[in-house]
Amino acid sequence: MSSFKNFGYFFGETFKSLRRNRLLSIATVTTVSICILILGVAVLMTINAGHFINRLESDIEMMVFVDNSLNRSQISDLEREIKDLDGVKSVTFISKEQALKRLQDKFAGQEYNLKNTVGKNPLPDSFEVKAENPQNVTAIAAKIQKMNGVEKVNYGQGIIERLLKVTQWVRIISVTLIVFLALGAVFLIATTIRLAIFSRRKEIYLMKLIGATDWFIRWPFFIEGIILGSLGSLIAILFLALGYSSLLNNIQTAMFFIPMVTNPGLLTKIYVALFASGALLGVLGTYISLNRFLDV
Amino acid sequence: MLVQFYNVSKVYNNGVKALNDISLKVNRGEFIFLMGSSGAGKSTLVKLMIREELPTRGQIFVASRSVVRMKRNEVPTLRRNIGIVFQDFKLLENKTVAENVAFAMKVVGADAAEIRTRVPEVIQMVGLKGREDSFPGQLSGGEQQRVGIARAIANRPLLLIADEPTGNLDLDTSLEIMDLLYDINRKGTTVIMATHARELVRNAHKRIIYLDSGKISSDNSNGEVFS
Repeated sequence: MSSFKNFGYFFGETFKSLRRNRLLSIATVTTVSICILILGVAVLMTINAGHFINRLESDIEMMVFVDNSLNRSQISDLEREIKDLDGVKSVTFISKEQALKRLQDKFAGQEYNLKNTVGKNPLPDSFEVKAENPQNVTAIAAKIQKMNGVEKVNYGQGIIERLLKVTQWVRIISVTLIVFLALGAVFLIATTIRLAIFSRRKEIYLMKLIGATDWFIRWPFFIEGIILGSLGSLIAILFLALGYSSLLNNIQTAMFFIPMVTNPGLLTKIYVALFASGALLGVLGTYISLNRFLDV
Repeated sequence: MLVQFYNVSKVYNNGVKALNDISLKVNRGEFIFLMGSSGAGKSTLVKLMIREELPTRGQIFVASRSVVRMKRNEVPTLRRNIGIVFQDFKLLENKTVAENVAFAMKVVGADAAEIRTRVPEVIQMVGLKGREDSFPGQLSGGEQQRVGIARAIANRPLLLIADEPTGNLDLDTSLEIMDLLYDINRKGTTVIMATHARELVRNAHKRIIYLDSGKISSDNSNGEVFS
């Protein structure tokens, strides 16, 4: 009964219905397109924000300033002690001479000698400490602060905490937005399919009374829902891909300092997922609409 | 025995008592008139036979299968054994005569080859040869009902249920439709026809079941019409 011989009939019915409700079909495809487009923009924004934040987070490091009274061996003891802490990724020693050179380099080209001006090198020895996970920076900094011979720990106190909170909120808001948009798309497809079913309710009733199985009646509508959903998402993906690639071209030349996701594998995955979401929305919308009408 | 009702009652959700303790048997090959004023329960009886409704109490068997205990996915099989003719024809306006009949066969999964041979056969049987490509809107009421009958018998049902089939037709046309139904009955199909047209029933000499306020008030096989 559910053999392939009926699929010609199902597709025939689907396209008849799409043609008959041409205006409604176009409206639905457009709506799905807009939904998937917004969904896609939200996904790309989330991913890029995540990418951006990861970059920022990986740049966060602690500056540990060493007490001037420490000798060489005490300094290397301290270095080992910091390295042994849980969650510390790397420790780089920067001697006061190196620090001065760095500072001097910043004023490169200017006829100005800091050491000569002040009379001696005013900078302390220091360590650059990176954490494996930016969320642990505060805790690690507190531990280092308590060690003997540590003058001061700088890590942009307060900024990290705020940045992490912002990141978290960006993620929560994006996910919420995406959930609401998906619900909206399902609702719209459900409405369209409901109207398509409604315009054929007499035919469906007749089919039920003649002895058609539920699936025989459902298939054309499912195919219609899937076609509407995937056609809409296809158009959205086209716009999204074109828009994003031109954005990349512009940003990489004009605002090269903003890191963007350019990995083609990842982008393809996103587009495929969006396409599948469109088809899935079609199936879901149809499913919601159908069951009420088949109960004859 | 084709249809059996045992102490069947039906109360609708809105509290309307449509049928009250109905028991009846229909043999294969019978032609039965189901009479009674509107609201007497004729339509409910029909709906119970095709499981459009379930009874509140009692048991119903069609072709020895319990309609009440039937699972949802078994309902299509039941309905394929029953052809239905409607008062308002229920033809698909955008399909031709031949397509309307073919539709009924396609819907139950008939082969294309089977459809090609059976459709002209039933169209000939109901006397519409030559009108295959007409649309329902181009046909008279009597002709439209012939299409409805052709569609109902296309799948060779055991039972044909006609619910006020002549309700929208004048007397002459109604008599032609009756002849067609008798003809179908003679060829072996059991026919149950709900009607309140006494003039059609009077000289038919068929079994008549009277319904009155949801009860069978008389069931006589000699075709006598009570007033």
